[in-house]
Amino acid sequence: MNKYAERLYNGTIKENPTFVMMLGMCPTLAVTTSATNGLGMGLASSAVLVLSNFLISLLRKVIPDKVRIPAFIVIVASFVTMIQLLIQGYLPSLNASLGIYIPLIVVNCIILGRAEAYAYKNTPLLSAFDGLGMGLGFTAALTILGACRELIGAGTIFDKAIPFLSNFEPMTIMIMAPGAFFMLAILTALQNKFKAPSATNTGSQKSSLACNGNCASCIGSECKENHMAIEKEKEEAEAAEKERKLKAAQEKAKMKQEGSEQ
Amino acid sequence: MKEMFVILVGSALVNNVVLSQFLGLCPFIGVSKRTETAAGMGAAVIFVMTIASTVASVIYTFILDPLDLEYLQTIVFILVIAALVQLVEMILKKKMKSLYNSLGVYLPLITTNCAVLGVALTSVQKNYNIGQSVINGVGTAVGFMIAIVIMAGIRERIEHNNITKSFQGSPMVLLTAGLMAIAFIGFSGLL
Repeated sequence: MNKYAERLYNGTIKENPTFVMMLGMCPTLAVTTSATNGLGMGLASSAVLVLSNFLISLLRKVIPDKVRIPAFIVIVASFVTMIQLLIQGYLPSLNASLGIYIPLIVVNCIILGRAEAYAYKNTPLLSAFDGLGMGLGFTAALTILGACRELIGAGTIFDKAIPFLSNFEPMTIMIMAPGAFFMLAILTALQNKFKAPSATNTGSQKSSLACNGNCASCIGSECKENHMAIEKEKEEAEAAEKERKLKAAQEKAKMKQEGSEQ
Repeated sequence: MKEMFVILVGSALVNNVVLSQFLGLCPFIGVSKRTETAAGMGAAVIFVMTIASTVASVIYTFILDPLDLEYLQTIVFILVIAALVQLVEMILKKKMKSLYNSLGVYLPLITTNCAVLGVALTSVQKNYNIGQSVINGVGTAVGFMIAIVIMAGIRERIEHNNITKSFQGSPMVLLTAGLMAIAFIGFSGLL
């Protein structure tokens, strides 16, 4: 497969940021009250992803290794500001419904994650395609989730009423805040049920670390438990070492005693 | 005074940062396995968010607003918050060892917590002055702590229950969060 097409496939299906990697959950839950909002948020994030991946990849030999994260953040924040101003100017209704979540694209972990994991190590064009693939995957996921919630919660899709659903009494809870949690809970449960690859059900029981060595789903929260596990291991190793030394010393003493007896 | 109280209750309960605005979900789901760690995380968030919203508001009122540089707010806020968390960590490590031991693990996690940036941006969006922004920050952080501690308490109980296999782990946590969100909607009649 062409390596550019492979990047697109990787982002949209194999490592879909929402369904498989479970990244960027805050915007996913917050803006998917309707298919239109999901689509708008997805496209805005995609634009930022493509542009920031491209620029970071261009600058990858200039940025010193030690300050790369702040540098990434500045680049991403600049693009987010540009996109925000464009949306404010040309799509005021989308701006009103997305509100504070547009500037919060800066802290979306997909963007920093791709910059660190891909763009910093690869050529500009490939990185741009990687960003495009990830962005499309994110857009598709948000639109699907938004459409599902809108369909159940309001009986419409893209603000258009579904003709044969005219008798359907919409469950308003699905477009309110709790609906987002329910939707995602059902989705992850289905993934678990069908053993679809996802951050919530891969890599279990492979490692003795508290997080199962599953870096994709780790958000640092397991660190404390890992530290405790590692410290316990160290203590045990030290105790074993002490015991071994003690035994060796005892044996030496015994040998000496035997030697003197002979 | 009354207005301040309304902002405090509004940001802590009515517009709860996790359950109705979906900010700071990662630590909410990740660090809520045990009540003590959840309380530690909550305390760290209160600490950082109070300082961060104060500093962000001061910078906005005295630098960005007079110079007509409002469009730089996203870049400035994220950098200020990241630098601030580093600084707080260094100061705590040097000067207040005991506080560092109890909160230190959580501080690096907060830098990427979108709730901190979210509060700074909401305060600007709602045209709060410095005092109101600080109250907004404190209220939001208290709301975060309330939510995460309740969540941790529920999760400790859930652990002993027999849950259908496909709902074990994060689906169950998300369902619990959804039920909590329904409960928090009840606060919307408060104001």
